[in-house]
Amino acid sequence: MSFLSISHISRSYGAIKAVEDFSLEVERGEVLALVGPDGAGKTTLIRVLCNLLDADSGSFSFDGADAFANFETIKPLLGYMPQNFSLYPDLSVEENLTFYAGIYGLTGAAFHQKRDYLYTFSNLAPFAKRRASALSGGMKQKLALSCALVHDPKLLILDEPTTGVDPLSRRQFWEILLELKREGTTMLVTTPYMDEVAHADRAAFIFNGSKLSEGTPAELAAQFVGQIFFLNMRPAPELLKALQSIEGLGARRFGAGMHVYLKPGDRVERFADQLKQTGVDVNLLTPIEPELEDRFIQLMETKV
Amino acid sequence: MNGNAVEISGLTRKFGDFTAVDHLTLSVARGEIFGFLGANGAGKTTAIRMLCGLLLPTSGQGSVDGHDILKESEKIKKTIGYMSQKFALYRDLTARENLDFYGHLYNLGNSTLKARINELAEQLSLTPFIDRLAGALPMGWRQRLALGVSIIHRPSIVFLDEPTAGVDPVFRRTFWGLLYEMAEQGTTIFVTTHYMDEAEYCGRISIMHNGQLIELGTPHDLVAKYGAKNLEDMFIDLIRPAGASNEEN
Repeated sequence: MSFLSISHISRSYGAIKAVEDFSLEVERGEVLALVGPDGAGKTTLIRVLCNLLDADSGSFSFDGADAFANFETIKPLLGYMPQNFSLYPDLSVEENLTFYAGIYGLTGAAFHQKRDYLYTFSNLAPFAKRRASALSGGMKQKLALSCALVHDPKLLILDEPTTGVDPLSRRQFWEILLELKREGTTMLVTTPYMDEVAHADRAAFIFNGSKLSEGTPAELAAQFVGQIFFLNMRPAPELLKALQSIEGLGARRFGAGMHVYLKPGDRVERFADQLKQTGVDVNLLTPIEPELEDRFIQLMETKV
Repeated sequence: MNGNAVEISGLTRKFGDFTAVDHLTLSVARGEIFGFLGANGAGKTTAIRMLCGLLLPTSGQGSVDGHDILKESEKIKKTIGYMSQKFALYRDLTARENLDFYGHLYNLGNSTLKARINELAEQLSLTPFIDRLAGALPMGWRQRLALGVSIIHRPSIVFLDEPTAGVDPVFRRTFWGLLYEMAEQGTTIFVTTHYMDEAEYCGRISIMHNGQLIELGTPHDLVAKYGAKNLEDMFIDLIRPAGASNEEN
């Protein structure tokens, strides 16, 4: 049996089905990314798993135990970092850590040891006396993570931990998560950043409360149906519209250029004349492997 | 209107001993999509607040849409749109009521405003949500509404401070499609983002670090200049302190 076994979970708010028949297995030590658009049900699912919301139906087993029935036993094994900064803004970095450690009964020498360990990877030691409200975005997230880790959880659940954080802090944050993974922590993390999904062992796409697909990041990207070409031209709106109006061809802005999509088995040469009318030489189209984002958008569009 | 959309020179703002923005000099052409990048705490929001006439500089000068930022902040407020980092709409009002409220603040007449709201609802695909409470809108729709509010009076420049933080890739893409359309129609877009794929959509980007502008150019040229793999690596290499791991980030 898997370390985590999420089985047929549903949760509605009135008529709105926020999570619907959601199942997922997570192995011990795995980093699993839960990816989906806003309103897909990610946070509801996470709140159900953390026992902050009741499921309407379904079960959740944690290391073989029924997590809903035995939550008090599971709780010390679980670390949760919610989406919104939920630490005490008027307490200092160290006071927040002391407070969270106290909740889990960690005091004295054992706490000091844990605190120092957390400081080594968060680099928060120089800011120990600073009030949480005065920390930068990236430092707040590191403190929130430290508070979620203070009791040595076996499972860490992170709800969009890097939203609004700059690229350098984001990278540092993931370096910490990967260090935790090496130490054996299992992680369930939601993110709107496709590049972060690449850090995960596996990912699941969730949309309208249901799981659409799951696999390793490479497997998910490879599920893309069709062919993709990179067009290294400025994606001006009129050019994009002209390309999109060609029957049998799709186009989307991607970074400084565009991705052009063809159906499976089609030939790009077939579109040479039409492309020329939009000012694009067919030779400018370079075949590329699909990216995760290509597949994510494709899945969403077929469902809308 | 002649001249650049934004023209600033030596713009500086201190808070006590702390220099949040340090001699910022910059020009942004009309109709440009300008990406104003930097780490958290680099001084971006302070700079934007000065450009929007919400904060006076300690020293330096400049103009926005031809109006002096020191003396004509009231004129600037009428001509620009500003979408702040924090969701600043009335949660207990519907999307339509928010648009209506802000439209009246800009003295748009009833019939003009009604037509403008319908136009924006269409353009931003807000129509199905127009009579929902703003506080009950999903994140991506909230951001669209906030954009709608910031452009209700057809500003010539919009300042967008992290407009897509926490918004999923599909929404982000649609949002940027809207920005492109606005730029094509001549609106100047001045935008901050932490998403480097979005930074690539900009005509030019600048990078702020510790209050100073340390780079400025097209995304392509900057990546080439540093021989980086991509914009994100270039950005990180530029601001990551060598050897100093306890740097504040």
